[in-house]
Amino acid sequence: MSGDTIQLEIFRYDPEKDAEPYFATYEVPFHDDWVILDAINYVKENLDRTVAYRWSCHMAVCGSCGMVVNGEPVLSCHTFMRDYKDKIRVEPLQNFPVERDLIVDIDDFVEKLGSVKPYIVAKEERSVDDGPYTQSPEELSMFKQYTQCINCLLCYSACPQYSLNADFIGPAALALAHRYNIDSRDVGRAARQDVVASNPGIWECSFVGACSDVCPKTVDPAAAIQQTKIASTVDYFKDFLMPWRKQ
Amino acid sequence: MSRRPYIRPVQRSTWWLKQPRYIRYMAREVSSAFLCAYSLVIVVGLIRLAQGEAAYDAYLQALWGNGGQILTLFTLVFAAYHTYSWFQVTPKAMPLRRAGKPLAGSIIVGAHWFGFLVASALIIYLVGM
Repeated sequence: MSGDTIQLEIFRYDPEKDAEPYFATYEVPFHDDWVILDAINYVKENLDRTVAYRWSCHMAVCGSCGMVVNGEPVLSCHTFMRDYKDKIRVEPLQNFPVERDLIVDIDDFVEKLGSVKPYIVAKEERSVDDGPYTQSPEELSMFKQYTQCINCLLCYSACPQYSLNADFIGPAALALAHRYNIDSRDVGRAARQDVVASNPGIWECSFVGACSDVCPKTVDPAAAIQQTKIASTVDYFKDFLMPWRKQ
Repeated sequence: MSRRPYIRPVQRSTWWLKQPRYIRYMAREVSSAFLCAYSLVIVVGLIRLAQGEAAYDAYLQALWGNGGQILTLFTLVFAAYHTYSWFQVTPKAMPLRRAGKPLAGSIIVGAHWFGFLVASALIIYLVGM
């Protein structure tokens, strides 16, 4: 930081011009109440209109402004400039292909999320006239933390297993599978197990725990995955000891 | 406009040096190797014990001499870290509830330490008998 400004390094990559990405440095005003996203917006509006990045709500709800700031995956709208001293280096989320500058291609995640059936598989269909599926506050409290996921993908950026094995279903998708598995209104667990309890599913996770450390909504995907591992192991032993219970 | 996504290279052997949390994870995992090695040392001790007093004395001498103390000390430190690091994450794997409400993580971790101390005291008592 020099005076009232700070150096902001932004990862730049234009697929039409650049063979390799590079970092461009911008001098931006330093404000105590600015978040990193404000600084990037300042660059876009005043210094370089070509910088490409995603953002929308500016209030840690939409999950679209995830970036790596000084090596740590964060929501850029949820991270204050004042927490950085000399230099701020902004990169796109790790472990995803870079389309342009800070924009990554998240198709792999979207496909994996769909594969775990992240929706209520109800025992029986109800019409609107039948009214809603009811649930007690205690039943809701079993899974509520997992509903806070905003698909920002900071957990995928932090996960070394996803980095080393792209087949890994990954933290957010597995946390959402767990969220529906333990929802009292859902009966879809058996249908999810083929994907969730496979090697690229929960068993690829070695419990580094980085996903939970970086989650801005305290979803705790690492906890969801370990609990799914235990439930799947219990299934295995039940099937082994009581083969007649297998369908 | 054409698409040409850039795929960043993965540092397959040095990724764990990038973040302190990755180093802590690797320390937790590597510590299990020391525990495994020391378990083998104990198994050898049992075999030597079955072979008679002279064999067992030779085993003890080998264990405590020739840098054996350093291995034992190393193993103790790694075993302590291994225990600590796994106890710390137990609330994630076993989210216990009481009266419909989640139990605080500190209680779950504390119960593990309490069990550990009771088991250790019991073993010390039995060995001392």
